[in-house]
Amino acid sequence: MKVALTGFLVFSLALGLYIGLRVSESKWTGVDESVIEKLAVEANHPPIGPLINIERGDLPLLLFLLAGAAGGFAAGYYFRGLFPPEYKG
Amino acid sequence: MKHEHRFITIVFVITLLLVLSEASAFAMHISEGILPLPWAILWFAVSGPFLLAGLRELSVRGRHNLHLKPMIGLVGAAVFIISCMPIPVPTAGSCSHPCGTGIAAIFIGPLLTVVVTSVALLLQALFLAHGGLTTLGADLASMGVAGAFAGYGTFILVRRLSGKWWIAAFLAGVLSDWATYAVTSIQLATALHGSASLSKFFLTVLLAFVPTQLPLGILEGFLCVGAYKFILTRRPELLQLFSGQVHL
Repeated sequence: MKVALTGFLVFSLALGLYIGLRVSESKWTGVDESVIEKLAVEANHPPIGPLINIERGDLPLLLFLLAGAAGGFAAGYYFRGLFPPEYKG
Repeated sequence: MKHEHRFITIVFVITLLLVLSEASAFAMHISEGILPLPWAILWFAVSGPFLLAGLRELSVRGRHNLHLKPMIGLVGAAVFIISCMPIPVPTAGSCSHPCGTGIAAIFIGPLLTVVVTSVALLLQALFLAHGGLTTLGADLASMGVAGAFAGYGTFILVRRLSGKWWIAAFLAGVLSDWATYAVTSIQLATALHGSASLSKFFLTVLLAFVPTQLPLGILEGFLCVGAYKFILTRRPELLQLFSGQVHL
């Protein structure tokens, strides 16, 4: 029953997301851009470039790939330390 | 051998999900240069004492609890991942991210959450152009301090009042997320309102966040319940060990 309910919820969420992405004509910008930066520009205080500008070609993809891999590995490593597979709670 | 396979599978799936989910769209982090210098300094002054107190707590608790550092590592990685994971919200047509500080505060306490959040925000500002160094104090005050204390306070209060951990965990997740964005709204309104009314500017910012953060806050509540349930099922003694919680 729990598995069926979870499956239904996940399926519903995925379907809703898919339909939303297909139907909407939004640019799907982050709220930092659509809210914070918009208001800052209107208040004559626009953002300046980051200290290390990563917006160069595919550099953001590489950095996010590395960040995701490092974060995922760290999470998995410590997860194994705290929740070893043989532990029978 | 079987356990090794399971470990590799877990690491691979987590890594794959992260890689696939990353995209250059973010949320509550205030970008470099948006806050005027006096306001940026003020927010450093606000969040600084919490960070120092958190570092002191880490030093004291780390001496007596051997499991603390792995837990800090896991929670820190989770906060880093969750707070730079943009999720599209179909009702708003924009993307935003949960914060993860509510979950973190329940597991390791609010002061240690400030510490792990500061590391996550610093890495994001330096290498991912996510937030900024001059706005680090403000981002830490909203996500680290407000998010952590709102989540932890809600959890403790609701658990004592209702006796149900899942209601407490859900509300902790929801309110930590909303508190973060409420404080971000205050930060922007106080610094940028100019000649406009402060309260009106604050409400404008806050209402602009609502379509995205309302559903994401609820999602964060469910995430919180799922994470708490997992630890409660697998190793309930960890909850007692890290945050002194007594299960009801």
